[in-house]
Amino acid sequence: MENYEQSFNYENCLRNEELTKQGYEKKKQRKTGTTIAGIIFKDGVVLGADTRATEGYIVADGNCEKIHRISDYIYCCGAGTSADTENTTALISSKLELMRLTTGREPRVQNALTLLKQYLYHYHGYVSAALVLGGVDFKGPHLHMIHPHGSTSTLPFLTMGSGSLAAMAVFEAEYKTDLDEESAKNLVHKAITAGIFNDLGSGGNVDLCVMKFQNTQFFRNFDKPNKRKFSRINAYRFPKGTTQFLEEKVTLLRKNLVIENLDKNNNNNDNDNNDNNDNNDL
Amino acid sequence: MDPTKKTLQPYVTGSSVLAIKYNEGIIVAADTLGSYGSLARFTDLQRMSKVTNHTLIGGSGDISDLQQIQKTVESLILENTGFKKDEEPLTPKEIQQYISRVMYNRRSRFDPLWNHIIVAGYQNNESFLGAVDIFGTFYEDNTIASGFGAYFAQPLLRKGYKEDLTKDEAIDLIKTCLKVLFYRDARTINKFQIAEVSEGGITISDPFELETHWEIADWQEGHL
Repeated sequence: MENYEQSFNYENCLRNEELTKQGYEKKKQRKTGTTIAGIIFKDGVVLGADTRATEGYIVADGNCEKIHRISDYIYCCGAGTSADTENTTALISSKLELMRLTTGREPRVQNALTLLKQYLYHYHGYVSAALVLGGVDFKGPHLHMIHPHGSTSTLPFLTMGSGSLAAMAVFEAEYKTDLDEESAKNLVHKAITAGIFNDLGSGGNVDLCVMKFQNTQFFRNFDKPNKRKFSRINAYRFPKGTTQFLEEKVTLLRKNLVIENLDKNNNNNDNDNNDNNDNNDL
Repeated sequence: MDPTKKTLQPYVTGSSVLAIKYNEGIIVAADTLGSYGSLARFTDLQRMSKVTNHTLIGGSGDISDLQQIQKTVESLILENTGFKKDEEPLTPKEIQQYISRVMYNRRSRFDPLWNHIIVAGYQNNESFLGAVDIFGTFYEDNTIASGFGAYFAQPLLRKGYKEDLTKDEAIDLIKTCLKVLFYRDARTINKFQIAEVSEGGITISDPFELETHWEIADWQEGHL
């Protein structure tokens, strides 16, 4: 469907070489601060993610959403540059909706997979999005991982992001085929928690998404293992009189105009007004 | 400071070393591989060794540097051995501190010993489990993992550790971690040794194999 006519463009390579010789450091790919994971269980797929967004060493957002909706029954976790994951998944989500309208069919997970991998390959890794795509279509449950350069893998359990090693350790130790829903949710929760506590790039809360055939449940903040131990008193509420004032002026808001009866012939059945004939001023 | 005689990179390397305290001692484990880059060069290396009746050291990183450290610690023990029978020359902590000093001195000369050393000892009914890294940083903890173990095994060890862990539970946990490392670390082989450091002394087991499952390979049906 997509026509990628222009592929490789080497125009800037010579320039980049010159710049490096002049001492400009090539921009390094920053390691992504995320733990995302997915597993296939008996009835479908469970996806999980942490909720920390980092800017270098600072936590920019402690409770962001990393599980994106591609379609009602296909969801995608994203690690990497937030702008890239959000916009890529949104783009493919809308492409998939168009595909649904042209084909007249419920889109399949492999449709999303192909669109995503072809899109990412076209940008040769510069769109820094590492995705875990999962969903259930009429062919059954599917789980795939997509790397920023466009390669894909299909496995019963997957992890990505900087916390992927901690999460993968949990999966390798405890994954079994044909888990039931509760065990599957607990396993993914355990894996994400391992990432949250053992990887500094991951943190916050655990989000889960359970997908079965024509049945998706999104658990935003399934678990909150990092609650504040104190409750913040409303520090910004100052009692009246803290700021001294010289003058006080109170203005009442005007009452809204209410149209009680909209009559086509402009016959206002206005109970207050008995002059129906003369003035038509409104 | 002869630049041609400084360590720039490791050559023959050992992968992870894992260790966990249990109620009556410490379990330490490592595989027996010495990799030469991506070549599995030496498949029967002993990366853990007993230095006194109560202390064991294990190391990951460059094997020649590890052997150097073993020699240095050995001669240190010898110098400190008195004529009284059954008198321990040095405590585990003292050995760790000595290694730390050696490592720090080397790194300050830009000529490091390319290792991460684990020191495990049981003396006077007390466990000691600590580590020293390439820079000379020293620390103690209930669970230690070097190399790739820090990323794969440490989360599992930390989750599984508890105050009254029994020996069998500790060994099960360590074996699970070794298995995960064999699955996910490309510089390992399925041949491990486990050492037990406890009241009764130090025993290093014979190399053994773990059961692994690769049926998942059948799972993938072609390529999309």
